[in-house]
Amino acid sequence: MAYTNNDFKKGQPRWCPGCGDHFFLANLHKAMAEIGVAPSQTAVISGIGCSSRLPHYMATYGMNTIHGRAAAIATGCKVANPDLAVWQVSGDGDGLAIGGNHFIHANRRNINLNMILLNNRIYGLTKGQYSPTSPRGFVSKSSPYGTVEDPFRPAELCFGARGHFFARAVATDAPGTIEVLKAAYNHKGASVCEILQNCVIFNNGTHDAVYSKEGRAKNAIYLKHGEKMLFGENNEYGIVQEGFGVKAVKLGEDGYTEADVLVHDAKCEDNTLQLKLAEMEWPIALGVIRDVEAPTYDDCVTAQIEEVKAKKKYHNFAELLETNDIWEVSN
Amino acid sequence: MEIKEKESVVVRFSGDSGDGMQLAGNIFSTVSATVGNSISTFPDYPADIRAPQGSLTGVSGFQVHIGAGQVYTPGDQCDVLVAMNAAALKTQYRYAKPGAAIIIDTDSFGPKDLEKAQFKTEDYLGEMGIDPDRVIACPLTTMVKDCLKDSGMDAKSISKCRNMFALGLVCWLFDRDLNVAFNFLREKFAKKPEVAEANIKVIQAGFDYGHNTHSSVANVYRIETKNKVPGRYMDITGNKATAYGFIAAAEKAGLKLYLGSYPITPATDVLHELSKHKSLGVITVQCEDEIAGCASAVGASFAGALAVTSTSGPGICLKSEAMNLAVIMELPLVVLDVQRGGPATGLPTKSEQTDLLQALFGRNGESPMPVVAAASPTDCFEMAYAASKIALEHMTPVILMTDAFVANGSGAFKLPDLKDYPAIQPPYVPEELRGSWTPYMRNEDGVRYWAVPGREGFEHILGGLEKDDKTGAISTTPENHDLMTRKRQAKIDAIPVPDLEVLGDKDDAELLIVGFGGTYGHLHAAMDELRARGKKVALAHFRYINPLPKNTAEVLKKYPKVVVAEQNMGQLAGWLRMKVDGFVPMQFNQVKGQPFVVNELVEAFNQIINK
Repeated sequence: MAYTNNDFKKGQPRWCPGCGDHFFLANLHKAMAEIGVAPSQTAVISGIGCSSRLPHYMATYGMNTIHGRAAAIATGCKVANPDLAVWQVSGDGDGLAIGGNHFIHANRRNINLNMILLNNRIYGLTKGQYSPTSPRGFVSKSSPYGTVEDPFRPAELCFGARGHFFARAVATDAPGTIEVLKAAYNHKGASVCEILQNCVIFNNGTHDAVYSKEGRAKNAIYLKHGEKMLFGENNEYGIVQEGFGVKAVKLGEDGYTEADVLVHDAKCEDNTLQLKLAEMEWPIALGVIRDVEAPTYDDCVTAQIEEVKAKKKYHNFAELLETNDIWEVSN
Repeated sequence: MEIKEKESVVVRFSGDSGDGMQLAGNIFSTVSATVGNSISTFPDYPADIRAPQGSLTGVSGFQVHIGAGQVYTPGDQCDVLVAMNAAALKTQYRYAKPGAAIIIDTDSFGPKDLEKAQFKTEDYLGEMGIDPDRVIACPLTTMVKDCLKDSGMDAKSISKCRNMFALGLVCWLFDRDLNVAFNFLREKFAKKPEVAEANIKVIQAGFDYGHNTHSSVANVYRIETKNKVPGRYMDITGNKATAYGFIAAAEKAGLKLYLGSYPITPATDVLHELSKHKSLGVITVQCEDEIAGCASAVGASFAGALAVTSTSGPGICLKSEAMNLAVIMELPLVVLDVQRGGPATGLPTKSEQTDLLQALFGRNGESPMPVVAAASPTDCFEMAYAASKIALEHMTPVILMTDAFVANGSGAFKLPDLKDYPAIQPPYVPEELRGSWTPYMRNEDGVRYWAVPGREGFEHILGGLEKDDKTGAISTTPENHDLMTRKRQAKIDAIPVPDLEVLGDKDDAELLIVGFGGTYGHLHAAMDELRARGKKVALAHFRYINPLPKNTAEVLKKYPKVVVAEQNMGQLAGWLRMKVDGFVPMQFNQVKGQPFVVNELVEAFNQIINK
């Protein structure tokens, strides 16, 4: 059965006008329609925060739970019913501050969740405090003299937790976001999608460099597995290896030619180069940065149950009792 | 040889942690249970995992109480103490009754052993004031070596059989049929028949040693069996019984069983037990923390499983947020609290009842949650089943309270037949509501219907924000919040629970003893003792704490004197005072991390009666 956006839409979103979440939501509806899993077979689970309101606007099953626990709750949901497509939606505070522990462990376990991280580098719902992705020195209501701490870089955290999928998109970029969401769904295992999303009220302009189409043409590179890493309005730039890192070069300058440009390998088990790409400040890498197959936790749980069922001779409670040392008391 | 008829006897096996005292104790209780004696056991582990051999801190004990009639506790003190080394005698003698028989392995009382056990002289019996006539002193290690010298076993394996010699001696002392022990071992070591036969040989040697050498000095006890309930039995610990209760409930309800947990003493054995039973489809997830244990269970519940999370008090602190989420989302969940000493890390291996008010009130907002408590190791099965039934049929998290004493102790468990247990019928949303259903529509019991993901046409969202009663949408309307608060409360209040049972002199007691949970055995034994002394005493023991049984006020107000005895500073007493107008009981409170001592209870209650 084919679905349309409308099959996944519900209600009237209450985010501020211009909030990046509006764009993301519309893209998620489209992506889900294209993926084609029925709303009844889909669960969208969020924590707390502006972006965590999202399940209220989905015509699927959903939960808008408690702060930071979305990944843990989604884990139980997926393991108990592996047939469901489970999407977890968190902001940078929900996912990486209070929920940081669950974020890393969901990645380590490689449970088949589509984990959306809407990153606006600010606490919006509590009205403007710095978040764990705010840059050092960031001035906010809770850091009037600037923060004195370094931010998390979500890709680094994901890779450090042995994550197998990491992709990035800009909330306003419909094709880019939809492509990433579909790839996340198709990847079996924990799939982290960092969505760069703008908070118009408390952190306006944080992703300015790539928020518009023109900006992305200048400042972003769309990574595609198996393709040369070329970017710029006329593909005049490329990514080359330098020492243990990567750098952007202009083709034809300093002796660089297209032959020097790296080919993106999202399937490479070793995440070293993928991490370098994810951490580039210019250009900002978009698209699927890492997509490596590995056994998923939910599959392994199910397989182990089947394996033990075949091996053991007891399969119900009455038979379980008989596995004990039993004595009989007679009259 | 004198044969003493006894109503009940307590045996305490003690030795190094590696001496196999628990196995010896288990076999002895099984052998006794087989002839129809009632049994109650309790292990006493040291806090250290592997203390130095022969040291005082490395002693572990296993106490077995066997009785002709019902026994309710593992016993305050023992009639027979087995001490496998000097340190065991030193630390465990305090648990022996005056006049108790003491079995020691003299091979483990050498100068070094005595030094490690901090004896000052070689006259260790004199030092402890023990009458040598009461001691069965035998060179146990030497005899075991002799017995197995032709077995081809290495010295270490031979030494591991010492516990069986002690068991043989105890079996002789109580005139037990060794065949049961033999069968037990043959089954336990089915894959290593040579080990089974070696152990059997040693038990027989221990039995014969007693028969040949000590027939002139020791009594032989006989425990007759009264009130036999015919049937098939197994020995079960509280934690295992709890795990079995969940398995049984899931099967009865036709649901997957999901456990989200994080290891914590003394609850971890429930995780261990359930992890074994994948052939029953049980899913266990050892989570990254207590929070995720509960949160993942909430997720599993949403997905349609019987969801359980297991922990002890410190874990409840961390889980309370996700428990509250289950309260407002009205999803079924069972939260197991195997209580230990607190606050904070407190006394991890010891037993208390200090989490009751936390269970009742330890969450933000108006957060009513059913609370039930298991009264004995075998009752853990019944209460785990009952907690699951309440959770699933009333769409609510339920707290099941046990404690370290009940969880680690064991009793004879009559194999249940699930046919005898009530059906478990979750309120799945009826098909005819398709199209008109909203998530907070309720059935005639005030219970929200359950629509499990996967069902087409019932897609909905739940969450931690207050919802509109009618539409299920987020609502901050004052009247609606008040209404929803009342509906959640009314739903819990309406849960039917069995009436409070009064035991003993229910018509004319001068003192009513009141307790809850794991102190049942001790309170019952204290009541029995007082009644044997001619006092009129009754016992009302709570297993259902929220909601309280309907007849609670009637029972509590019926007797001239009431004492609430609990292992905390008065939490049940406070709860009852809150729920029963004008009820002001006397209190007996102990927070020692140890089970009640029946004699102390008897003395305290006697004083109350005589006041």
